[in-house]
Amino acid sequence: MRRADPVAVAKPLVFAAALLPAAWLMYRALIGHLGVNPVETIEHHTGDWALHFLLITLAVTPLRRLTGHGSIVRLRRMLGLFCFFYATLHFSAWLLFDHFFDVMEMARDIGKRPYVTVGFSAFVLLMPLALTSTNGMLKRLGGRRWKRLHSLVYVVGTLVILHYLWLVKKDTYYPVLYGVILVALLALRAPSLRRPRRDATARGGSGVAAQVTIGDQGTTARVHDPIVRHTQQLRIRL
Amino acid sequence: MLIRRPHDIPSREITERPVYLRRREFLSRSIDAGLTAAALGAFGILAPPRVMAGEKLSGVAKSAFAVKEELTPYESATTYNNFYEFGTAKEDPSLYAQDFKTRPWSVTVEGECARPGTYTLEDFLKPHALEERVYRLRCVEGWSMVIPWVGFPLADVIERFEPTGNARYVEFTTLLDPGQMPGQRRPVLDWPYVEGLRMDEARHPLTILAVGMYGEVLPNQNGAPLRLVVPWKYGFKSIKSIVKLRFTEEQPGSTWNRTAPDEYGFYSNVNPGRDHPRWSQAKERRIGEFFKRPTLPFNGYADQVASLYAGMDLVNTYF
Repeated sequence: MRRADPVAVAKPLVFAAALLPAAWLMYRALIGHLGVNPVETIEHHTGDWALHFLLITLAVTPLRRLTGHGSIVRLRRMLGLFCFFYATLHFSAWLLFDHFFDVMEMARDIGKRPYVTVGFSAFVLLMPLALTSTNGMLKRLGGRRWKRLHSLVYVVGTLVILHYLWLVKKDTYYPVLYGVILVALLALRAPSLRRPRRDATARGGSGVAAQVTIGDQGTTARVHDPIVRHTQQLRIRL
Repeated sequence: MLIRRPHDIPSREITERPVYLRRREFLSRSIDAGLTAAALGAFGILAPPRVMAGEKLSGVAKSAFAVKEELTPYESATTYNNFYEFGTAKEDPSLYAQDFKTRPWSVTVEGECARPGTYTLEDFLKPHALEERVYRLRCVEGWSMVIPWVGFPLADVIERFEPTGNARYVEFTTLLDPGQMPGQRRPVLDWPYVEGLRMDEARHPLTILAVGMYGEVLPNQNGAPLRLVVPWKYGFKSIKSIVKLRFTEEQPGSTWNRTAPDEYGFYSNVNPGRDHPRWSQAKERRIGEFFKRPTLPFNGYADQVASLYAGMDLVNTYF
């Protein structure tokens, strides 16, 4: 009997859960309970969840490393696309309610208001990531270039925190809190935190294989990721 | 030789800080309870109820100062506002000001005037007839409301206390009481909140002290029991829960101005031509509407107040 693949089981559940914030907002809109300032509620709610999904997406790599459950990487694309989904709603609310498609005024806002500048830049930078998230695009770009392109997500994270920090009037509690979480998630990627096994081959649930060899020629690490369909080799000579 | 050091006070005997901070309240509640019991015993009746938020105000005259615009729903004006003393989120004041005690309350008048002193709120209010003023309220954050205030002209109050010739400004101070005002337990602003007006602004007929809104006693979250309303300035100038008025010769401080001088000036007149450094002030969202509307110079009161600032550069210097 085949064992159930836990990630395959989790995927539709995570998908449904990720839609809940949007569903909740829709429900509140339908019963007229968006609060005293509904536009602000929509903008804050969608912005918050775009940020939450950005951080959740960035948490995948450290989680894999800390828990050894490499297979969760298969959820990452979906989580990243949900970040883009909420960011799109957030941007659309601004476009529609704050400016009603007044392109000139939007351009002025983007140019003049640093918090809008960085927020808009973050959204623009997310677009190529969403567009190249398919298997086809990954193949076309090649693993290495694809990875380099997708490291833009770190820039996006930084811009989003600045966006939040610069728009609050005085109480910076939440932007700073999210900033600390972002820094922590980035710090957990530091190479010094990687603990390769000596002459060992590690295999994650998704089939991610890492082989580290320590020999006369230096340390060689080979990581093969079947999702990215890419093998990366790193040689360090001491 | 062994010198025995006395034990520190055991932690169980240390009064927790929130309890300590509310010690006076505890005392006065105990006294209240005692007095109430005594009154009940002596007369067999209940003590008269305190002045409560939401209580109908009687004898309120209509005023000619009333904008002909749709009123913001009471529910919106009382659940969505800024009063950082009770938290920085818009709904915080309505959630955390419920138990705020507005009686007994006293107002201290000091500085350059002939009749300084500390007055009970009742004495402070007694000489003034209440009237209703329907004003626009424009928040510096870009939203606005239309609120029917109940109050009296600040000019009448100023007259009573006979400011001297040196009095060029009035400074107002909000209550400082972290025990009752949870927002003051975090250093978000430099507590207590202070605001100020130039004497001619303070004496302007549009400027009022309010004790009510929508025909009722001011809800705690809206600045009970006594607040300022200056309709042509951004909302934060209209200081809430006032305990002190001080007449000064020098321009007094203003909390937001001290916090971020490049963002909030002392004058802070509503001015669509002077953007906040981080966001535009050209438009505003009237609560209840989806799309923004243009912001008016002096919040639509230019005819009445623009002359106060003749010859002043309101964009670069006196913003």
